[in-house]
Amino acid sequence: MSIKRMFFVGLLICMLAAACAPAPAPAPAAPAEKPAAAEPTKAPEPAKPTEPAAAAPAEKPAAEAKTIKIAVIMPSATTDLAFSQSMYSALKAIQTEMGGEKAMELKYTENMFNVPDAAAAIRDYASQGFDIVIAHGSQYGASVQEIAPDFPDTTFAWGTDVNTFGLKNVYAYTAAAEEGGYINGVMAAMLTKSKKIGVTGPIEVGDAKTYIDGFSQGVASVDPKIEISKTWTGSFSDVALMTEAAKTHIAAGADALTGSSQSVVGSIGAAKEKGGVLWFGTQADQASLAPELVVASQVYDWTGMLKEIIAKRAEGKLGGDKYVLQLKNDGLKIAFNPDYKLPDDVKAAAQKAIDGIKDGSIKVEP
Amino acid sequence: MNQVFTLGAIVGILTSAIRLATPYLYAGIGEAFAQSSGVVNLGVDGIMLISAFSAFYVVLNTGNLWLGLLTAILVGLVMGLLMSLISVTLKAEQGISGIGLHMFGLGLSSLLFNVLVGTVKTITGFPSIKIPLLGDIPIVGEIFFNHSILVYGAFLLVPVAWWILDKTSWGLRIKSVGQNPAAADSLGVSVDRTRYISVCIGAMLAGVAGASLSISLLDLFQDNLTAGMGFIAVALVYFGGWKPLGIMGGALLFSTVNAFQLWMQVLGVNIPSDVAVMLPYLLTIAALAVTVNRARQPAALNKPFERGES
Repeated sequence: MSIKRMFFVGLLICMLAAACAPAPAPAPAAPAEKPAAAEPTKAPEPAKPTEPAAAAPAEKPAAEAKTIKIAVIMPSATTDLAFSQSMYSALKAIQTEMGGEKAMELKYTENMFNVPDAAAAIRDYASQGFDIVIAHGSQYGASVQEIAPDFPDTTFAWGTDVNTFGLKNVYAYTAAAEEGGYINGVMAAMLTKSKKIGVTGPIEVGDAKTYIDGFSQGVASVDPKIEISKTWTGSFSDVALMTEAAKTHIAAGADALTGSSQSVVGSIGAAKEKGGVLWFGTQADQASLAPELVVASQVYDWTGMLKEIIAKRAEGKLGGDKYVLQLKNDGLKIAFNPDYKLPDDVKAAAQKAIDGIKDGSIKVEP
Repeated sequence: MNQVFTLGAIVGILTSAIRLATPYLYAGIGEAFAQSSGVVNLGVDGIMLISAFSAFYVVLNTGNLWLGLLTAILVGLVMGLLMSLISVTLKAEQGISGIGLHMFGLGLSSLLFNVLVGTVKTITGFPSIKIPLLGDIPIVGEIFFNHSILVYGAFLLVPVAWWILDKTSWGLRIKSVGQNPAAADSLGVSVDRTRYISVCIGAMLAGVAGASLSISLLDLFQDNLTAGMGFIAVALVYFGGWKPLGIMGGALLFSTVNAFQLWMQVLGVNIPSDVAVMLPYLLTIAALAVTVNRARQPAALNKPFERGES
């Protein structure tokens, strides 16, 4: 191959590589360029003048309050209708409430399936002077433990877990997913006709497991004879297998399905195709995917916890606490799908179970 | 274990297996065309992704499934031309350019999805069609004759591809270019043109494979929807000894074991889920180690052809 030709080929491959930059392991600065178009819910951008945010800060007089800089690293997309989206929408909501990008700068890196890449992103954000770095994934714990001591002035928050590693600048957070699981379980048990319920998930760990444990307890509280079968696909991203798992449950006779994972959309697709199969969601409100068959979703609302972390940091407390989202503290909410006609007795039973968990008369084991 | 071998479960496993094998069949047979002509295209997964997105996007906006499928094929063609340009005309290292193509497809499909669609949405894809008479046969009808049109297409492709590769002079030309390009060239066969066509056929079939996921089997698109299926398809070509029938055997073996492990979990057979999930891969590796017949490999595979060299 001639030199000239090699050069041309090399150039082409470089162009290819450059074009695909946003996907696998972007530098923390890059992803911030694309959220604007992707964010369907709110539109803070049009409100501000044409000047892009990045150009402004140096010349701005320091009259206004100091901008708080928050970065978040997430294992899946901000639009996954589940784990990552729950965190991203909470942060966006807080940003809007605080007064937009002038009050709070928000950067994110999504699709960090790969832990070493995530660790690099965490360190990058910390060294760029972000005030709060959120590592949103239980797989990032070891990275936070290693990086946090190097940046004593930065607040790190990570979850889902309750371990702050004894570090003064680390907050840990988790969700008592078993509580909403229990409520969904009560409703599923009352609504199933075949007395068979299918559960799909990626890997039997973290809040995927506690959600399903709670769900099983909720089902058993109504009718212990109902069969619950579970499948684990071993992957957070294999939608095809997750879909096939759901189809397998349906073929085996299940008429109610639930599951906890980013690839849960596949299961909803399978249920939708079959018709008459109900879905119970968790992590985020999944009703938009299939309004006719999503009964209710347990929704993680991180806003309360995040606001507390921001407030504590302002008072000088950089970390050391742990947070658990619960029904009691409004971190967990049950979003009933308004398009699904839930029978009154089922709704009443669900409400009773919610109250029971809040006042402690019902105990759900994680 | 007994309950796994009930009729209902066996029918369920085989029905799932037929469905799951579909994308592997399209992508694998397409790759067989490319490899028979001497080009390894590792970019299959990337082509599948970008085509899956294109088909999904067209269906989301027009509701026209055939238009979606056509778009996927055209996008596949463009990607195939790109791969051919890099690896045939410019004679770049095939492995590297294929990986580049994969990353390009992965990145571009994610980017377009985030910008144009934003959030997860579902569409109504190709419905299951029960074939008259055949579909009414008990058990067999349920397993084989109640699928979407793209599933039937994948299995019909097997004899068609076999016939083209083994029985037509055109197929012979593809293989001669893959075995001994210098000899084929001296006999007046245009090596570059034959490779272009073969790679493009492969890429168009990879496009169909992507569409079979997004507008037939799953009816949605998500970042990295294929989760590496294209690479498994490439492995299946080696597994199948560059023969469409062998590729079908491999695809069915892989998908049957996958369906089997899901059913075992649903029926509560007491084995750890991690082991169940590993099963199809373990079996594929084992089968690959035992069955691959290197002698069948196109002799000029992975070698760019330059007149007067070699």
